Order: sequence, then C-alpha cells, then structure tokens
Amino acid sequence: MTRPPGPGTATDPPAPDDPAGGGSLPHDPAPVDSATGEPVAADPAPRTGDGSAARGPAPVDQLSGGPPAGSASDTPVPVGGASAGSGPARGGAQPQAVLELTGVWKAFGPVQALSDVSLRLLPGQVHCLAGENGAGKSTLIRVLTGAIRRDRGEYRIDGAEVTTASPAALRAAGVQAVYQELSLLPHLSVAENLYMGRLPARRGLLDARRLRRSARAALAEVGLDGLEPDTPVERLTAATKQLVEIAKVLTAESVKVIVFDEPTTALTESESARLLEHIRRLRDQGVAMLYVTHRLEEMFEIGDRVTVLRDGGLSESGPMADYDENRLIAAMVGREVTSLYPEDRVPEADDAVADDVPLLQVRGLRRTADGPSVDLDVRAGEIVGIGGLLGSGRSELLLAIFGAERIAAGEIRIGGRAVRPAAPRTMMNAGVGLLTEDRKVLGLLPELSIRENVTIASLRRASRGGLLPGKSQAAEADRLLDSLRLRAGSYDQPVSTLSGGNQQKVLLARWLLTEPRVLAFDEPTKGIDVGAKGELYEVIGDLARRGLGIVVVSSYLPELIGLADRIVVLRDGAVAGELPAGASEEDVLRLASGGGGPEAASGGAPESAPGGGPAAGGRSSGPEGDERGA
Amino acid sequence: MALKLMWREPVETRTITSEPAAGSAPEKAPRRVLTLGDIAGRESGGLVVLLVAVGALTLASDTFLTGGNLANLARQVAIFGIIAVGQLLVILTAGIDLSVGSVLGLAGAVTAQLLVAGWPVVVAIAVGVAIGTALGLANGLLVTRAKLPPFIATLGMLGIARGVVLVITDAKTVQGLPESFQQIANGTVLGVPNLLWLAAAVVLVVWFVLTRTVFGRYIYAVGSNPESARLAGVPVTAVTIAVYAISGLLAGLGGVLLTSRLGAGIPTAGTGFELNAIAACVIGGASLFGAKGGALGAATGALIMGVLNNGGNLLAINAFYLQIAIGVLILVAVGFDQWNSRVGAK
Repeated sequence: MTRPPGPGTATDPPAPDDPAGGGSLPHDPAPVDSATGEPVAADPAPRTGDGSAARGPAPVDQLSGGPPAGSASDTPVPVGGASAGSGPARGGAQPQAVLELTGVWKAFGPVQALSDVSLRLLPGQVHCLAGENGAGKSTLIRVLTGAIRRDRGEYRIDGAEVTTASPAALRAAGVQAVYQELSLLPHLSVAENLYMGRLPARRGLLDARRLRRSARAALAEVGLDGLEPDTPVERLTAATKQLVEIAKVLTAESVKVIVFDEPTTALTESESARLLEHIRRLRDQGVAMLYVTHRLEEMFEIGDRVTVLRDGGLSESGPMADYDENRLIAAMVGREVTSLYPEDRVPEADDAVADDVPLLQVRGLRRTADGPSVDLDVRAGEIVGIGGLLGSGRSELLLAIFGAERIAAGEIRIGGRAVRPAAPRTMMNAGVGLLTEDRKVLGLLPELSIRENVTIASLRRASRGGLLPGKSQAAEADRLLDSLRLRAGSYDQPVSTLSGGNQQKVLLARWLLTEPRVLAFDEPTKGIDVGAKGELYEVIGDLARRGLGIVVVSSYLPELIGLADRIVVLRDGAVAGELPAGASEEDVLRLASGGGGPEAASGGAPESAPGGGPAAGGRSSGPEGDERGA
Repeated sequence: MALKLMWREPVETRTITSEPAAGSAPEKAPRRVLTLGDIAGRESGGLVVLLVAVGALTLASDTFLTGGNLANLARQVAIFGIIAVGQLLVILTAGIDLSVGSVLGLAGAVTAQLLVAGWPVVVAIAVGVAIGTALGLANGLLVTRAKLPPFIATLGMLGIARGVVLVITDAKTVQGLPESFQQIANGTVLGVPNLLWLAAAVVLVVWFVLTRTVFGRYIYAVGSNPESARLAGVPVTAVTIAVYAISGLLAGLGGVLLTSRLGAGIPTAGTGFELNAIAACVIGGASLFGAKGGALGAATGALIMGVLNNGGNLLAINAFYLQIAIGVLILVAVGFDQWNSRVGAK
C-alpha cells in the first residue's frame, strides 16, 4: 500500500523533494523526523521539516505570528531533544504517523472552513488542537472522523491512503472519538451502551451474561471497576459518563487514534484530573490522541505536541515544550482587528448621556443559591462586551437578566427602577430585549411570516380590545425591515425561508419594534456571512449612539473587542475581571482561561471589577468526588 | 372514492408553486399582516375535495341535493364541526385533546339530568357548558402545570369523564326532556336549522379570533415554537390553558346540543368523536406539529366527513367501506402535506 500512494501523491508540487519521503519506509528509520516530521503542517512539510530547507520558508511564512521567524529551521533541534524524551521513547513504536492529514480543504458554501490544513498523529503522543471558536477545530475533527467529506487533501492511516472516509470505515480502521456531547443513550444500561450495535447474542436472543462479563472487563480498563454494568446511564455523573464513553471507544476492534473533543467541559477539576490520568495511560499504551480543549493549562499538562488553527488555516504546529501560554495565545489570535467595527461612536454617546444612572444595573445576581454572584452596569449609549469561554455562563447571565431563567438572588434595575425578572414579558415591558444565540430554538417562529415574527413581541402594546394592531404597526415593521435592508421577496413569506443573517435582522427588528432601552445580543453574528456582519455591527453602533444600552456576548474576540466600550470577562459563572476598550485579545483570553494572573489583573479596570476571585465557587457540580464507582 | 381524493393532489401542488411565485414578486401585498397565502392555501385543498364530493353525489343521487337531506346533513355535521374547531385550537398549539368525546357525553348527560330534575332550561345549559369548560381547564392545567404530555393528560380525562357519566347515569339513558329544550337543536330559523346557525357562528368566531386577535396570533406562535414565543413575551402558559378550556367549552356546548337533538341524555354519546374531530382538522389542513391550519379548514374537514357519510347512506354503500375511505383520506391528506413541505424545503 505504501508504495503506490507515494508516486500518486507526487502530483502535488513536492515532487522534487518527494523521492526522499515518497514511501514512508525509507524515511522513517531516522529517529529525528518522528518529531520534526509533523511539526509544521503544510502538505510537503513532513519531509521538509528536517530535510529540505528549500521548502521550509513556505510554511514558515504562515507562522509569522509565532515569535521567531526562523523557528522552522530551529525546530529540528529543540524538537529532537524534547521528543527524544517523550514521543518515541514512550511508545517505543516506530515513528511513522498513525494518522496523517495533508493539505485538507473544506468549504461550506462560500465559507472556507479549512484551508490547507495538515496534521500528523504519532502513536503514544497526545496532540493538542488549539484555536479560537470558529478557527476550524470541529471541522477538522469531523473530517478526521469521517462525519464530513473533505474537499481536497490526503488522508492516510498507517501510511495507507484512506479511500472511503465514512465514519464506519474510519472506526473500523481504528479512529475513535469521544465527543463533548455524550453519545450515550441515557435510558439504557451501561453495558448495553458499551456494546450497542454489536450486542452479544445467540440466535437473536441477548446473551446477558456475556454482555455483563465483557462490560465489566471494559469498565475495568478505565478504572470503573465498581460500576455495575446494569446501571442506567442517566444515573451516572458527568465524569463517569465520560469514562464510560472512553470505555466504549476502547471496546472497538481497533483503537489507533482517539479524538477527545473538549472532554473536560462538563467535569470538575478533580474529575478532569482523573480523566487526564486515563489519557496518559492510553498514551503509554501507544495510542495516538488528538485532544481539543479550551483550557490552556490542560494542554500544557497533557500535550506532547500542539497544532494551532486560525481562521480555518494552519497557524502553527510544534512540540508543546516550545510553547508557553503567551506564545500559544499569540498563535491562536495573531490577527488584525478588522475595520468592520464602528469607530467614532464612543465620544458622541458620551457627550449625550455621560453621567446618567446606568440603564441596566445588576447587583448580586445568582443563578443558584450557592453560585457566584454577578454585578453588571450598562449605561446609556454604552456597548458592554461579555467575554469568556464556552460554558463560562455568558448566555445564562443574559437569560437570567432577561427573566428567561430563574434566579436565586439578585436585583435588577432598569433606568434606576427595580424590576423583578419574573418572565421575559416583564423584562420586555421594562424595556429589555434579548437576541438569543440559538435563533432556531430560542427566537424564530418558523411557521409564521416575516412580518408576524417581527410584530409578535409588540402585538399586545399596540392592540386595542385584543384585536390585532392595525396597519400602522405592520407599516412600522416594514419600515424597520427596510431600514435593516432585509433581503426577502415578500415580508409575508415564512421566516424559515431566510438566510441566517436575514433571520437575525428579523429578530433585531422584532426587538426594535418594542422600543427597548437595553438590548442584549448573544453571539449576534453566529452563522452569519461577512456582509451581514458588517451591517449588524453598524446597526449596533447606531443603537448605542441613539442612547440604548447594549450588551454583547461573543466568542469571537475581534468582534468583542471591536464593538465593546468595555469588556466584562466571565469565568465559571463569576466575573473574572473587566477590561477597557483597548484591551487585546490576549488580555481577554488570559482572563477567560484563568491564565497569567497578575498581568491580566493590572490590565483590568479596577473600579467596578469585584473580581469574585478566579471562581472560588468553581463549577456548580457540588460534591466533587460524587462518583458512582463504589 | 380514491379517484375523487386524487383531486387533492393537483390542487395542493398548485398552491405550492404559486407561493414561491407570490414570494418572488416583491412586495406584492405588503399591507396584509396575516399570511392568508399559507393558511387559505392549505384550506383550499379540502374545499376542492368537498366540492368534488358534493358534485359527484349530486350526479349520483337524486335525493342528495334536496332540502330535506341538506337539513339532515347540516344537523349531522353541526355538532361535529363545533367540536372540530375547538380541537383545532388545541392542535394549533401542537397539543391534542382526546377528551372531547367524553366531555361532550358528560356535559350532555348532566344537562339532561338537571332538566329532568326540573331545573330551568337556561341554567341547565349553562351548567353543562360550564362542566365542559372546567374539564378543559383541568386539561390545560395538567399540561402546563403538571407538565404532562397533552396526549396523556387528555387520555386520562377521556377515561375519567366517561366513567363519571356512566356512574351518575347508571349507564341508563336520561329521558323526559322538556319540549322547549328539544326545540333548540331541532328548530329552524328562516328555514335553516338552528344547529347550522350555531355551528356557523362558532366557526366564524373562531376564525375571527385566529385571524384578527392578538390571542389568535399567540396561539400560532405557541404552536410554532413555545420557547421562542416565551422569549418574545407571549404568555405561553395562559394561552395553552385557554385553548384547552375553549376546547372543553365547545365540547360542553356540543354535548348540550346533542342531548337536545336526540331528546335524551345518552351516557355513551360522543364516543369516538375525538378521533373524528382530529381527523376533520387534519383533513382540513391542520398540522399536528402545530401552527398550521385554520378554522375554515377544520370546518371544511368536518363537512367532508359528513358529506361522505351522508352520501354513503344515500348510495347505500356499506358503512364499513366509508370508514376505510375516511382512513385513506386522512393518510392522503397528511401524506401530501409532508410531501409538500419536503418539496417546499428544496
């Protein structure tokens, strides 16, 4: 198998330097390249890394974000050193990559999700995949597991080209994945989940004893010796489920590569530590792992190598030992803030309403009785950004303020008047609007027309005697939609026929029609094309200029920084700090991931940042050791 | 039968293709808030089936288009139509009310007993309707407060209400109702049966509520996506309770009218009505997933079923075959709807 692909792949430019690396065999023996091979990316890179300085420059350019321009040529040296200790020694395996993606491209419609990304996973190594939200991590994983088809690029397992990259074929070939949203069936037992799809049976009758026996063995593999295989999965804690998931993956016929997609998101610190321990054990058994996480400290703890994606392209790749937190963040961010964002807005707004009472005042808001408490102020004409990692409680904060989720304690004042956030309707009447993150689930009424979707929140206010408001409101809605430049054939067509950007405009029009004083946006540009993004930013800037208080939650840091006058960063449900307008993406990331402490703290505006400490309460999963094991 | 049903196909296809056309013409009718295109389109299919059925029966039977038969048809369909539009409101919120038949039976039997006991007619009627409303309210509370699935909540109510009727009547027919009461359902005004007037009034009111009032729009919003609706300030719980209460109220009214028409309180009256009411809604274009359908459609659906039954009797077709035909009709109606939305989605 190895032979034919070599020449076959030579269709690509690398032909000249290919002879050396064409077949993997001649190349492999040299121990050095095991390490260097995969560091830097692009298609020919594996060979170039050590061998040909000629090809070096190309990938290096991409790296420009990374500190030393010469790093590519440097790599062999530190890498060799670093990996001599970790990689090959541990696995003792030959350095050939178990799984190799080369020059992968993937587009979704007009959006280029991946461009020329390469990845090499070695046995007995944990390879971290880093990048901001939307950098292409999940797309890459889905290509890797066969969930989506790549447009271009080469996929090899053990040096052999993968012809049919279907999920089933790849699973059979040994590529397993542990997903963030667990794929277990909650009502079935642990044992049934482990062997779902291949339950042991004799003539169609379930062989319960054999099932239980093999389930016990599989559970013991991941240290769940005490777990009764008959337990329904829904009764397990998040951490145990995660381990069961891993056990399930390990029961596969062939396990060469395991992809972990944010496995610790739902886990407490101690649970995470246990999980990492298991991953280390798997590494020692020679499994290649791709580990995706937002938590920088975890990467440093577990990673042997790291590949950083940025905007769908390869940013950098190298041994973990070459990186510190700053360099990693720089590699993830390293991008100019574009001029999409409204610029000259701030002074105007400040002139108008500088010293008023804050439009929105949140004091001591707790979602659970023992959860962290949050304070937040939004003044008229101000855009407050809320940053934080996924799961840091940003959306939940907005929903709580909007009365859509119960709160345990706290006070909310709108324009100085206390309002109890009992229901969205109360807050709506008080002048608060919320554009939710998930438009489909928490926003649109798909069967209703565009105009009906716009007016639904304002019907009651304009209604007389319970009758639908007359033409004036419809005209008002049309005027708003026109001014937002909604692109639709007719405002009578069902809203579900619109594109994401236009749907967002419909929801924006809905809230504008209620004449809110405070408008909150949760990921306003998620799934929206660039053109519509610019328009939305413009509208948001306009609204602030007109004296509304704006809150924007965004995972997209350039957007957050470009829009916001000040950024409140959440971590584990508490305010981790506050940053002024000019903050850099590094500052935000550092606060959000609890990275470097002192520096970030000094960058933050001290006045209204109660800090709350880096999440003293931690995640709310209560008793940490609550394991169902024994 | 099947041949006639096929008429639904070209009609449905036409409405579909006309919709995008209307959409692409920019700002064709910008002033209309309600999308009649969608809802009337769904109803027009049923309307054509109805016209075809009527036309065919007129040709096939001399007696179909006589005043006597039509009055008879109207009496048969009226009560049924009243229940169907109540059911429609529930279905529009993506719920279902399986209890209407039992509630109808209970309300009718209680009214009959009160009348026999000498209560004034108006009071007896009011109590009957109130019972229906109360049971509907209970359904609504079970669905919204106890968070029971509508199917389960109303299935429970179906059993309870029917059981109560059988207990209080001892499963015996309640007879000896005053003539004035019987006159309500059997009399005529301007030569048109009272029942028809009443049913038309109910359908018109529901139509008006659905198309012209805030409450009506809220019903569609709740059926479309309750969470989105809640976040848009729609009082989802109140709307949901209200539709079940209204469905119960109309079932109670139906029970009173049926008792009046039959001149007796029959404990088993209304058995199976719930499924017929659901069928009428579906044939009339309502979607069990909510937010799609209209009052005129439900009324049309009820009429179609009534006409088929009536025509079957006139032509002396075995009633069992009619059941088959109506079953096929439901499948065809929903099948086309599914096919429609798939085509529309492309």
